[in-house]
Amino acid sequence: MIRIHCPICGQRSETEFSYYGDATVKRPDEHETDPALWVDYVFTRDNPRGWHREYWHHVQGCRQWLVLERNTLTHEVSACHLASEASS
Amino acid sequence: MKRLTTGGRINRDTPVTMCFDGRDLPGFEGDTLASALLAAGHKTVGRSFKYHRRRGVYSAGVEEPNAMVTLHEGAFREPNTRATCVEAQDGLVAASQNAWPNIHLDIGAVNNLLSPFFSAGFYYKTFIGPFSGTGFWMWCERFIRRASGMGRAVHLPDPDTYEKVTTTCDVLVIGGGAAGLSAALAAGRKGARVILAEQDTVLGGAILSDPVGGESDFWLKQIELELHTLPNIRILTRASVFGAYDSDTYGMVEHLSGCEGQPRQRYWQIHAPRAVMATGAIERPMVFGNNDLPGVMLAGAVRSYLNRFAVLAGQTALVATNNDSAYATAIDLASAGAGVTVVDTRTEVPQALREQAETAGIRVLRGHAVIAARGRKCVTSALVAPLDQNGQPLQLACDLIAASAGWSPNVHLWSQLYKTPEYRPESACFIPRALFEAHLQPAGLVTAPMEMAQIITDGFARGSEAAGPDGDAGTVPESFDGGPLWSGNFGPVWCAPGVKGKAFVDLQHDVKLSDIDQAHLEGYVSVEHLKRYTTTGMATDQGKLANVNALARMADLQEREIAEAGTTTFRPPFTPVTIGALVGQDHGAHVRPTRRTPIHDWHVAQGAALAEAGLWKRAWYYPQGDEDVGAAYRREAAHVRAHIGLVDVSTLGKIAVQGPDAATFLNRVYTNGWKSLRPGRIRYGVMLREDGIVLDDGATARLGEHEYFMTTTTANAAKILADFERRLQSDWRDLKVHVTSLTDQFAAMALAGPKSRALLQTLCPDVDLSPEALPNNSFVEATIAEHPVRLHRMSFSGELAYEIYTPSGHGQPVWQAIMTAGAPHRIIAYGTESMGTLRIEKGHVAGPELDGRTTMEDLGLAGLASSKKPFVGSVLRHRPLLQSEDRAQLVGLLVEGDEGARGGSLIFAKGAAPEGHGEGWVTSATYSPALGKYIAMAFVKNGQARLGEEVQIVNLLENQTSSARLISHHFFDPEGERQNG
Ligand SMILES: [Zn+2]
Repeated sequence: MIRIHCPICGQRSETEFSYYGDATVKRPDEHETDPALWVDYVFTRDNPRGWHREYWHHVQGCRQWLVLERNTLTHEVSACHLASEASS
Repeated sequence: MKRLTTGGRINRDTPVTMCFDGRDLPGFEGDTLASALLAAGHKTVGRSFKYHRRRGVYSAGVEEPNAMVTLHEGAFREPNTRATCVEAQDGLVAASQNAWPNIHLDIGAVNNLLSPFFSAGFYYKTFIGPFSGTGFWMWCERFIRRASGMGRAVHLPDPDTYEKVTTTCDVLVIGGGAAGLSAALAAGRKGARVILAEQDTVLGGAILSDPVGGESDFWLKQIELELHTLPNIRILTRASVFGAYDSDTYGMVEHLSGCEGQPRQRYWQIHAPRAVMATGAIERPMVFGNNDLPGVMLAGAVRSYLNRFAVLAGQTALVATNNDSAYATAIDLASAGAGVTVVDTRTEVPQALREQAETAGIRVLRGHAVIAARGRKCVTSALVAPLDQNGQPLQLACDLIAASAGWSPNVHLWSQLYKTPEYRPESACFIPRALFEAHLQPAGLVTAPMEMAQIITDGFARGSEAAGPDGDAGTVPESFDGGPLWSGNFGPVWCAPGVKGKAFVDLQHDVKLSDIDQAHLEGYVSVEHLKRYTTTGMATDQGKLANVNALARMADLQEREIAEAGTTTFRPPFTPVTIGALVGQDHGAHVRPTRRTPIHDWHVAQGAALAEAGLWKRAWYYPQGDEDVGAAYRREAAHVRAHIGLVDVSTLGKIAVQGPDAATFLNRVYTNGWKSLRPGRIRYGVMLREDGIVLDDGATARLGEHEYFMTTTTANAAKILADFERRLQSDWRDLKVHVTSLTDQFAAMALAGPKSRALLQTLCPDVDLSPEALPNNSFVEATIAEHPVRLHRMSFSGELAYEIYTPSGHGQPVWQAIMTAGAPHRIIAYGTESMGTLRIEKGHVAGPELDGRTTMEDLGLAGLASSKKPFVGSVLRHRPLLQSEDRAQLVGLLVEGDEGARGGSLIFAKGAAPEGHGEGWVTSATYSPALGKYIAMAFVKNGQARLGEEVQIVNLLENQTSSARLISHHFFDPEGERQNG
């Protein structure tokens, strides 16, 4: 049971959230036409053992998208920001 | 064995009568089922797992390997409960397990004679060698399954109720013995919110096994009194903390059975930033021949039965030990009048203990060990030999062997969080490593302390630390004389050389010393492999009794230290947890929410058959007379095309898209262009995923300059809203757009059929509904019976049709008003089945076609992809594989015969052998009343170029083949004259 400190709702249980995925990848510019960049964005992922940035959605809470710093080995969560305020 | 007339912590004023194996079993309040069985002289209470050997009560706690019983009857039956943990209650019905016809005459006991065939890994060996893949294995499998196993599970629905609680506290104290009580007291005095969880029915832990009225009793009463004065301490008994999880979360089960009107168990999820683990220790068996014979028990358990339950387990007792702790048992037995001999493996015994024993009239044999228990049905004597093998074995008559090979701290919860405990050789046990930053800190016997005072001071200190720096914990309670501990003066011998007969390491699984030896000979090195190969410490044991002895034997054979061999992994649960407790109320219809449309009650009142669509209940069809679904959908579909029908489409996803950049946003998520859509107009659109595959489709209306009303398919509504939110909060933060779900806020219904305009006009006489004023793909605001509605002129059925949106609360009256006004036009309500027929006739795609694998080209929708702007998926939809010419394309099938096709059937060329994956597959199929034929939609390789070709439809599940002709999937009115008229 991971507990996540949502900046809007406070400390909540993992079951209220849905996991989305890697928050380190950046969507190419709208007008980018090089398929290689889009393939990289859509399909290529690291699988780190340790600290990772991830998108989570407080889907059964405030419905804000969050960026978590989570340790994939220990499940520790060291930071949680609103995606809308996270530095990209 | 017998019940003493005085003493114990049982309530002699409240006798109870239980039933064991069909016979009355007397007991008292405060007894366990096990103590009542012992008091009544039941020596054999079960048969063992593999060999069906007689087994008696062995322990007095959760570690019980033998006295497994089935409780209750009928639907309430619960197998594999430990009699040592079952509270005595009037009327309790219990039965022994694993024996037929009964425990005294058990046919399965023949396995005992066949034991050479059931040694370590016997089950796995039936898979290999000359037997593999033969009927012999099948035969073994059947035999093994029947011969082994424990109690039988019940197949009836569980009539008990369970509930779940989630709670928080500052400090969770696990275990209500001396250490836990001290911890709770310190934390409580400091003002922390404390939960003290004790698995037993009362607080006290090991103190309950001390003689009544002693120093420890006085201590316990003092502490309990003070704890009850502190309102910030919540004391829970019968509550086992079974698991420690991430983020300081603990799982606990509280047993409530027997309490009138309460659930049977309550599952707690406790969030506690700090916890103290005062879980104590479990005694370890001595290993010798026939050490499973009824009459062989753990020494500490014998003392518990004597002092807590006033049951003297034997008249002539032999106490076999390698440490000091068992002397307390010996002395208490002697005071109760038993003849006692201590067989101590050590040559050096502390003088004070020896003198105490001798004063009590106990004979102490030093440097000796029991090598075998003897007796047919129970212990009648023991074979005792000097360890230096200087001299002959002695045969000593006895009816009880109380054995102690040391104790194993209950490190389970700690180990679940922090992995491997450390081995302390001088006390021969695993203890938690010192981890100062750990949120769960051990205290008491679980740390194998050398003296009693340390249990109390450590418990108090851990409780005080857990509560944080504020507040005053006061002074530490004074210690009491709790009898000798095992941890100092420990003698390493737990199994004498030259044991005779079957010597068990794991009683529950019938794992013998020789099985460990065999595993070693067969090359097993890792402890994890040893555990699985021999099944040592599996199931409810979870390393409680068997672990250390098995490891010790293995380490000996490998000529290594136990510390090097390591231990197996501890996983939750510490004690068995009923699935029912974890499930709580979330079963049957309550597994997930049920969604009902605002018009649901009307459908039910009309006798509609309901279908599940995700969480939704939808009206499937409205049977007339004894119509089945097949007859009903044909009638409904034909009626709509001939007259008029109304269908509830409230489940459609509805999203308000608002803001100055709303049109830009739609331009990005839809493949077609949105800048040109004027207010008052509606447009159909397709969305792709980032990888270029079609995600969803639907219509969006422009309500105003900066406001759009989008619909999605029922299935994708939640997913699409979440996806929009993510984009707007991350990659597209620059867009001034807000999205809001309106799915539950609006009812929606589709009025379809040639008479729909005429009917609507009577309902909305002030609104111009003429084709010029309201052409297809436009909407108008109106009222129906004074309810506000928005009429979207658009068609899914291919008929002249309107979708009517109204706030949810108005849904049912609007629906009712339309049905009433429609009577002269012969209006009917139609369900999702006929709605599907109408859309297939029309060739519209839906869920079965948008299956997450298909492209716009596959679906014949490529014309909707704008080339003038980028959109989600616009680059990757051009990947070579997605543009390949031999992809399967959407086509129609005209099916021959009177059976029709089934979704999922494969398509093969005419005359081709039906092997492999074929050239395509059927997605949606129906009988078409409009065409008078069976039709279907299908994906067929290069299908659009093959129209007119005859193919085979092969249903491999039902072994049916039919033939069909490929035609356009726009089966009915391809020009759209009906809907545009
Ligand atoms: Zn939130």
